[in-house]
Amino acid sequence: MDLFVQQTLAGISNGAIYASLALAIVMIYQAIDHINFAQGEMAMFSTYIAWTLIVRFDVPYWIAFGLTLVISFLGGMLIERIVFAPIHQAPALSHLLVFLGLYAIFNSLAGEIWGHTIKEFPSPFPDYSFGGLIGAHQVGTIVIVMFMLAAIYSFFKTTKLGLALRAVASNPESARLVGIKVKWMRALGWGLAASLGSLSGMMIAPIVFLDPNMMGGILIYSFTAALIGGIDSPGGAVAGGFLVGVLENLVGTYVEFIGSELKLTFALLLITGTLLLKPNGLFGRKIVTRV
Amino acid sequence: MPEVENHAVHPDSKSGVPESSSKTIGLTDVEWRRLAFVLSLSFAVILPFVFEGFTTFQFTLAGIYAIAILGLNLLSGFNGQISLGHSTFYGIGAYTSAIMINQLEVPAYWTIPAAALICLSFGFIFGLTVTRLEGLYLALATFALAIATPQILKSKHVEQWTGGVQGLDVYKPDVPQALPLEADQWWYFVVLGILLLMLWCTKNLVNSRSGRAMIAIRDNPIAARSMGINTSLYKALTFGCSGLYAGTAGALSAIVIEYVAPDSFTFVLSFFFLTGMVIGGMASIPGVIFGALFVLFLPNFAEDFSKNLAYAIFGILLIATVYAMPSGSAGLFSAILTRLKQKLNQ
Amino acid sequence: MKNLLEVIDLDAFYGQSKVLHRVQFSLKPGGITTILGANGAGKTTTLRAICRMVHTKGKITFDGDSLVGKSTEEVSCCGIAHVPEGRGTFERLTTRENLQLGAVTRKRKSEIESDIERMHSYFPVLKERHYQQAGTLSGGEQQMLAVARALMLRPRLLLLDEPSFGLAPKLVRELFEILRHINQKEKVCMLIVEQNAALALDLADHAYLLETGKIVISGKAEIFKSDESVRRSYLGY
Repeated sequence: MDLFVQQTLAGISNGAIYASLALAIVMIYQAIDHINFAQGEMAMFSTYIAWTLIVRFDVPYWIAFGLTLVISFLGGMLIERIVFAPIHQAPALSHLLVFLGLYAIFNSLAGEIWGHTIKEFPSPFPDYSFGGLIGAHQVGTIVIVMFMLAAIYSFFKTTKLGLALRAVASNPESARLVGIKVKWMRALGWGLAASLGSLSGMMIAPIVFLDPNMMGGILIYSFTAALIGGIDSPGGAVAGGFLVGVLENLVGTYVEFIGSELKLTFALLLITGTLLLKPNGLFGRKIVTRV
Repeated sequence: MPEVENHAVHPDSKSGVPESSSKTIGLTDVEWRRLAFVLSLSFAVILPFVFEGFTTFQFTLAGIYAIAILGLNLLSGFNGQISLGHSTFYGIGAYTSAIMINQLEVPAYWTIPAAALICLSFGFIFGLTVTRLEGLYLALATFALAIATPQILKSKHVEQWTGGVQGLDVYKPDVPQALPLEADQWWYFVVLGILLLMLWCTKNLVNSRSGRAMIAIRDNPIAARSMGINTSLYKALTFGCSGLYAGTAGALSAIVIEYVAPDSFTFVLSFFFLTGMVIGGMASIPGVIFGALFVLFLPNFAEDFSKNLAYAIFGILLIATVYAMPSGSAGLFSAILTRLKQKLNQ
Repeated sequence: MKNLLEVIDLDAFYGQSKVLHRVQFSLKPGGITTILGANGAGKTTTLRAICRMVHTKGKITFDGDSLVGKSTEEVSCCGIAHVPEGRGTFERLTTRENLQLGAVTRKRKSEIESDIERMHSYFPVLKERHYQQAGTLSGGEQQMLAVARALMLRPRLLLLDEPSFGLAPKLVRELFEILRHINQKEKVCMLIVEQNAALALDLADHAYLLETGKIVISGKAEIFKSDESVRRSYLGY
């Protein structure tokens, strides 16, 4: 029973990380109707920035944490304005190529600047375990992510800017007609997504260690989460994140065939399964392609 | 209105003026194409006698990449299905060949068609499964496939065949005794031969009835369906064919490199294929050779400056290609050719 | 009296094809004008041209300011509200949020609240659907919502694209009564594009007839109603 509780709690903690990255993916999907394949690499790059601030410049953790969120936000906005705004009308394949281009650029830039050796990333939480069931870092991760999600939720629900963002996601043309500056809303969506991604990177890095390829698997889980939740449903992405986190851990523990080494294959099956059987996810809306 | 009807009755009448009638320095387009083909072929034949062994080996690899990229182009360029999972097909081909040679002691040459057939079936089944997915969703599914593949190859369930993390050694057969060739040279010609064969097959395939169906599905799936094309079947078959190309390339790579290991078949390899295809030009058959040479040799040059640079240059080039041609139809290769032609015509 | 909107020599394009040819018209402040014409004559394009949603050549001035060179977002800030073809509902948001979005460029919160109340008095059904997702509203309710959303801007000019589309005849009459009332009470100038020519001519004081991108007849609505050719082609009696 202890093992079950322990694995479930660890799953929730991982799930919090997937949830934040999945939410980032959904936000960009809502802003530009495309799936950001470079989301993981962007998060990795942000995490390296945090590492530089903390380890190289001795900035206190929480200040570095805040700075990283802000830097990532601005970086995300810049990427939208510079890279994606000019090809806004281009077809899916062109977007995919640009995402992959960014993926490669961030990955190799990180390797170039910080090298490929694995680095330790500090956790802001003490090295403490609650009754051997869950570590302080895991609890901290859950708390921080929940706090961020709550902040984002209330931003969307209670502020005018949040309402404008949701309006753009719902109907860009009408949004323009009522006077919302749609292109800035898109950039804002990217900024928020990049911030959320950096949060997931900073929370996972103490566990998987810092290296340019650290987000590969996490991105896959987050895609799975976003798809299960419904790619256009922010709430669904969060729920999907926790679901995938818990499932991943329990399946890895109890299904001997999968174990820890075939977890990614499990994610692959979940992705293909969701896409084929429930393409709108559990909470999403129907995706209609126009002829 | 009567003129329109006229065209409808004689569909050939509009092709009265052949498009290649314009000449560039005295030769028509078709003649230029033949000349280019003859010149490149003679260059390709002389090449292993001019360069040293390692360079020949590199060109052999480029040829193998070209076969894989050709397969990807058949799928994406001609049929409109995006795949980020071609590293998986390539890997399956390589492992099929390696396992057959290493553990079943099958002669290496026979493992190539075997790998091709296995990848054809796997591609067909995978294609049939994902036939409903379009655009980015297909990219997502194949991306997950590419990421999961190295893990599967390392898994303890298949370790006894795949050799786990260690991978497998492959023994390259000797050069036939009648030929006065080094091993590098011989395998270069084997790959060249297979590449030429596959280029020829692809050219005929895309100009055939089935090829036109493939292209129709890319351009307008709903119209294609209403014309009576079984789009699911065609898409799955194209996926299978594409897998066949990648599998053949993978098998050849296992034999030529004499080694397979899980980490050779990561998403990065898929990324290389995709970049090669885009640089060479979507739906351009000769472009794949240019693309393959590009993705194989650029890292060599770039590594003189920095090990990480090559990947970043590919990224920048991908983005630049999209900016230059947002519709994604032509690649760097065809763009250069068009520009050259305009210059010469002035 | 000075014209509120002045359109001179307007050409509009979709890609390479030209859909409006030297269109010329003007709107008096506080008036209701209608543009009639068959499908594909360029009525919707005319409205979209004013809101800078298509590529155009020619002059468009609103209250003395040129709209050419402004973005769609900026046009709405000048006080032009547009009820687009197909209603343009923000389907995933609630009715209330849809109304709030109509006033998204306005600053005073208390005024916005009282305007929502005002819309509820015009369209009581919207009050019942206050917290309901707008996408679940019926077609007629969504049309009301679209008009109410546009009015939330407190516009000086209201552009209406086929407001009667898909509505039951009774609802159409109600809607047009409300429009007339709003026009009289709040002096909002209106430009209506309508398939239902008889209805539009009853409401409007001025009319233009578009045929294949050109204005062929213009004049007072009553004159239109008595014009033989208009009556045959568009009024059907």
